[in-house]
Amino acid sequence: MSIDWPAFTPFSALTGGVLIGVAAAILVLLNGRIAGIAGIVGGLLRPAPREAGWRLAFLGGLIAAPLLCIAAGKPPTIVVEADYPTLVIAGLIVGLGTRYGAGCTSGHGVCGASRLSPRSIVATLAFMASGFATAFVVRHVVVS
Amino acid sequence: MRSGAYAASAFAAGLIFGLGLVISGMANPAKVLGFLDLYGRWDPTLLLVMVGAIAVGAIAFAVASRRSSTLLGTAMALPATRPIDRRLVLGSLAFGIGWGLAGFCPGPALVALGAGKLKALVFVATMVAGMLIFERLEQSRARTPSPAAAPRS
Repeated sequence: MSIDWPAFTPFSALTGGVLIGVAAAILVLLNGRIAGIAGIVGGLLRPAPREAGWRLAFLGGLIAAPLLCIAAGKPPTIVVEADYPTLVIAGLIVGLGTRYGAGCTSGHGVCGASRLSPRSIVATLAFMASGFATAFVVRHVVVS
Repeated sequence: MRSGAYAASAFAAGLIFGLGLVISGMANPAKVLGFLDLYGRWDPTLLLVMVGAIAVGAIAFAVASRRSSTLLGTAMALPATRPIDRRLVLGSLAFGIGWGLAGFCPGPALVALGAGKLKALVFVATMVAGMLIFERLEQSRARTPSPAAAPRS
């Protein structure tokens, strides 16, 4: 392993990270809710969706963010290397996995870790470990 | 009025969350994969994003845990403490596989969808399909009585 110094962007990482923390703070202190994206989306898909209002408002804000950047003349850089069949498989697994695991990078990784929830810390270690292993297989075993 | 403020704060939280993902570079799956690929040239950016987010989040959740109602006067709806079980671990391991395959997790995928990326639309559509399959499986699990609870005939 070597560190990719040109790719490493510590200042914008911390700035963006603090904004994510502020967003989680607003949602918990004003709405009393966890800013976990998988849980917010999943709650809309239940047989009888509960509290759809705040969920749709949050997701509307999330989707509006890149539009605001584009309107401000700073379109976000988004490079998707995966091909369509891979995206289909990855999407299905992420949908199933985040619901069985009751959280994703935001719910467990940011909010759960902030609350020092043992469940969230275990979940974060699990998806980080399998994420590292999968990236290794995809980038160094399958494609070489 | 309160429901208007409730929706407005949720919208603001979503917007700021999305801006954080864009500014930090985490809306870009190529950058996320640069973090997950430890064996290549490693990009530690994601780690610092989490440090920044958790530093602020830890204060907010410490305050929230001492309150029974929100600043808007509604009830706190924090998750109840549950045990660490097989579903949590296996589900999270599976999620990591999907994350490592494409570099997308739910939040960044929705931001990329907002930016008009067709590939993000495909990912989000199949992610929602996966969540709907979960709901179906949960429903059939709830309908099927467990062997111990089934009446003997």
